Amino acid sequence: MALDRWVVCEQCDAVYARRALQPGEVADCARCGHHLYRRHRFDLEILLALTLATAIVFVLANIYPVVALNAQGAYNAATIWGAVVATWESGVAPVAFLSALLVFFFPLSQICLFAYVLLGLRRGKRPAEFSQAMQALSLMQPWSMAEVFMLGILVAIVKLHGVMTVIPGIGLWSFAVLTLLLAALTSYDLQDLWDIAERVDQGESV
Amino acid sequence: MSTAIRTATEMGLIGCRRCGHVMQRPETVEGSSCARCGAPLRWRKPQSLERCWAFLIAAMILYIPANTLTMMRTINPFNATDDTIMSGVIYLWVAGTPELAAIVFVASVMVPIGKFIALLILLISVQRGSPHDRVGRTRMYRIIEKIGHWSMLDVFVVALLVALVRFDLFGRVEAGGGAICFGGVVVLTMMASLSFDPRLIWDTPEKT
Repeated sequence: MALDRWVVCEQCDAVYARRALQPGEVADCARCGHHLYRRHRFDLEILLALTLATAIVFVLANIYPVVALNAQGAYNAATIWGAVVATWESGVAPVAFLSALLVFFFPLSQICLFAYVLLGLRRGKRPAEFSQAMQALSLMQPWSMAEVFMLGILVAIVKLHGVMTVIPGIGLWSFAVLTLLLAALTSYDLQDLWDIAERVDQGESV
Repeated sequence: MSTAIRTATEMGLIGCRRCGHVMQRPETVEGSSCARCGAPLRWRKPQSLERCWAFLIAAMILYIPANTLTMMRTINPFNATDDTIMSGVIYLWVAGTPELAAIVFVASVMVPIGKFIALLILLISVQRGSPHDRVGRTRMYRIIEKIGHWSMLDVFVVALLVALVRFDLFGRVEAGGGAICFGGVVVLTMMASLSFDPRLIWDTPEKT
């Protein structure tokens, strides 16, 4: 019995027969409404390009200051990493640690792992640590919070605006783009990559 | 419910949580692993209710100091002001940015409290074996899973303000213990909702 004709709903245990979807179409569970599986608009090539673009924007968002303040000649600019260090020095190490993980290390790891997995699959071979990489990706997914940090930047800007002169930096625009690209990248269903890996193992071209 | 729908448990199937592979359920699920990706197979998330309760109670206890302790201290040459989450929201409201006050209030107060209530409803209804509105409760679970991390907003705002506002002449901003506690609350509520297995909502039999 070809069991991968079946799909089991993660949220209510209902079983369905898989059917071919149109690009962009989503199959929902008829019982609880959970998204069972989808057919993505982008293929492996586009996904890889997206990963590369996300990596470039990640670098830009991290080397340039996000915002700078000007208070009557006194000037201070902050990068993301600068915010982590300043929080650490301010005596609240757990906050610094948490911010570093959620805004820096998890997004960075996601980008690297996607690149690793996709480059391997595109070469027609399952990478050596594929299984571990996929597990790390799925564990990190809920904890990657670039979009929350983006809103945080905006709130901070509005809070300071009026008291001091706030100058948005290149890092801000880069981070905004990073938020969008990362959201697009992580919307990709990881279980689909397992299906692709299986096809690659059987020698099919993807 | 519809008679056409059958569950994996009824059909003797099991799906892998990590890769989605569907296979025949082995005699003993415990200790078996997925044929495709090698992840350990589980019929349901292990100790789902116990773990969810533990994280939830810890989060609710920590939510008290998160609100009473100082989130952020603003120091200028003349005085120092301590802000908690609520006083920060009120400050934003009075300062003429009610939209911003609303955003921070939703993220820091409504989302965590809503999540506490939703998880309590889910846990208690599952423990009582309630057959009521399973679709609605599953949807509630999906909502709290999606919005939970937005509560981290205020913690990030404090981190940014600390990094930006540090002038010798005009003053500086420091983070307080409230920020640590609040970050802890968000992590704990996320762990609680990740431990909860929504399939438990569907496991109880229909009332006849």
